Amino acid sequence: MSDSMQTLEAHTRSDYKYGFTSDIDTETLPKGLNEDIVRAISAKKGEPEFLLEWRLKAFKYWQELVEPTWPNVDYPPIDYQDIIYYAAPKKKPKYESLDEVDPELLDTFNKLGIPLDEQKVLAGVAVDAVIDSVSVKTTFKEKLSELGIIFCSFSEAVKDHPELIKKYLGTVVPIQDNFFAALNSAVFSDGSFVYIPKGVRCPMELSTYFRINAANTGQFERTLIVAEEGSYVSYLEGCTAPMRDENQLHAAVVEIIALDDAEVKYSTVQNWYPGDKDGKGGIYNFVTKRGLCAGKNSKISWTQVETGSAITWKYPSCVLKGDNSVGEFYSVAVTNNKQQADTGTKMIHLGKNTRSTIVSKGISAGYSHNSYRGLVKIGKKAENAHNFSVCDSLLMGDKCGAHTFPYLEVDNNTAKVEHEATTSKIGEDQLFYCMQRGLSEEDAINMIVNGYCKEVFNELPMEFAVEAQKLLAITLEGSVG
Amino acid sequence: MLSIKDLKVDIEDKAILQGISLDIKPGEVHAIMGPNGSGKSTLANVLSGREEYEVTGGDVSFLGEDLLELEVDERAQAGIFMAFQYPVEIPGVTTATFLKSAVNAVREARGLEELKPVEMLRLIRQKADMLGIDHKFLQRSLNEGFSGGEKKRNEMLQMALLEPKLAILDETDSGLDIDALKIVSDAVNQLRQADRSFIVVTHYQRLLNYIVPDYVHVLYNGRIVKSGDKNLALELEEKGYDWIKEEVAAGIPSL
Repeated sequence: MSDSMQTLEAHTRSDYKYGFTSDIDTETLPKGLNEDIVRAISAKKGEPEFLLEWRLKAFKYWQELVEPTWPNVDYPPIDYQDIIYYAAPKKKPKYESLDEVDPELLDTFNKLGIPLDEQKVLAGVAVDAVIDSVSVKTTFKEKLSELGIIFCSFSEAVKDHPELIKKYLGTVVPIQDNFFAALNSAVFSDGSFVYIPKGVRCPMELSTYFRINAANTGQFERTLIVAEEGSYVSYLEGCTAPMRDENQLHAAVVEIIALDDAEVKYSTVQNWYPGDKDGKGGIYNFVTKRGLCAGKNSKISWTQVETGSAITWKYPSCVLKGDNSVGEFYSVAVTNNKQQADTGTKMIHLGKNTRSTIVSKGISAGYSHNSYRGLVKIGKKAENAHNFSVCDSLLMGDKCGAHTFPYLEVDNNTAKVEHEATTSKIGEDQLFYCMQRGLSEEDAINMIVNGYCKEVFNELPMEFAVEAQKLLAITLEGSVG
Repeated sequence: MLSIKDLKVDIEDKAILQGISLDIKPGEVHAIMGPNGSGKSTLANVLSGREEYEVTGGDVSFLGEDLLELEVDERAQAGIFMAFQYPVEIPGVTTATFLKSAVNAVREARGLEELKPVEMLRLIRQKADMLGIDHKFLQRSLNEGFSGGEKKRNEMLQMALLEPKLAILDETDSGLDIDALKIVSDAVNQLRQADRSFIVVTHYQRLLNYIVPDYVHVLYNGRIVKSGDKNLALELEEKGYDWIKEEVAAGIPSL
């Protein structure tokens, strides 16, 4: 092994920066999953009958399912009876100002470098902060409500807008969709709800910070975004998690519905605890994210920067039902040490003249494995559908792996489908060139990797792009004190 | 400035340089010529610190420091610049960003303050103008999709910005047409000054019509077998390398 390989490995072996826990009182249900737990969750949240029924149906269905084994990841069996399915911070009710919020919670945000107050003032970002399962603080709500925009926790939406929940919940990801979606449907605790009325362009980025906090608590977030005709919204999701020894299961579901001429941009920066250098601990992130371009000329765009989790398994997808609708997927997935990622997208073309773009950038370091898995499906009636895919893999060091599994199903011969894939090693030639110009090895790696990810970073809102670059540097380099 | 004594270098256990000695004083331009495979590029790469070369003997001192002890970036910061034969492409990194980072890294190492963005931009533009480089060029990804001539011009721009003490041109003339060759030579000539030395590695004499060297050395089989002034290059142009090979075979000592 050459010297620069060794240095590369040293650089990529850094500790998780956000490994701390905060000590907020939580109220939890006993471990395990059965009908009573499902009923208890629903009762605790004071849900209407239709939702309890829906949960019970999902639970019944889940019991018949077997956990899938097809992804290119490896983990010990999960004991679903050894998980706590509900934990809520005790401090309630809601606060009018930040002064009333649990100082420890504020401190947690400060440690993450995302103080609420700073964001309120500087970034103009409305934040629906979800600690564990119950949303604690929602800002900018009033300003948004003037425009008729609803941005609240899922629980609040169930109370205040049950008709919208009833109409849209499960329409994009039905309870039968898959094992983890069924599980989520049965036990989801909270999440976010966004509704943008007809013709309204949401004036600010909506963002939610998720954080897994109570030990052994599975997180089952549920997010639903509905964009009415001609509306626009950009939604940001970002997260970090405290260091834990035991694996924590996260099985979220995100559903997006875009009606005629509506556009939804969904950006994620994911930095959950990836486990230690030997892969011990860390989050299992098994997520179902799907958007439905229900109306003509609608557009849904997923942008994700995935640096965390022991195992990442997710395929943010678009169902392009409306004629002329557009789906986009921009992804940077970084794996290091013993991390495993099997991620990609599905673009389902159903309507005429539908277009989709996939840009996937995988970066593998250490002993990690990084797989891209993507499906492009062109339905019978999808005249003149067009897909363009680029899947690039970058290897750092010689003990990691990159894999690409592209699937293609074309049932209409007017379709145009283009696929490009490359695998490259972070070039010793590139490193040498940069260092010959005076850059340190660390700065050189940083520059090359950021350049490689640029197409994806360009899709992120500015402040998120900056955060993503920092995360990448932290994930890949020894810049942690 | 640079003193090489009996330098021996292997690649994968094969001896490439077999005892090279060379003294370069400030302001001098030395041309290294020789047939393919004689070790010219190896010499350039070893001086700039490339890894796959193993130094098995000899010393190199640069401005009083043991050059071989320094890392690649430390050598660059100390004032060694190599213009690459094949400059690499770095997708997604604009030329301007790259130049800015390099200049600031070198400035920091030399105890100077980072340049403010406005000053940096002014400096880069000024040097680009000096070399006749279009400003649009600065917003393109580094070397990506550049023509051979553009890549070499970019190397010259970097050289102008980093203000090296010793610049090594590794077959900079390869693949260039006569116009590009003139542009590169003009850049070098503009940057020639009393405290800056150059090593010009080239296979052909034609570059030396534009960059007139103080000394010409002929490298053959890992040794300097002949040294002279610019007239040696002309002689090589006229007679080729065979007569030198014959001299070496006949055991005629070099000058």
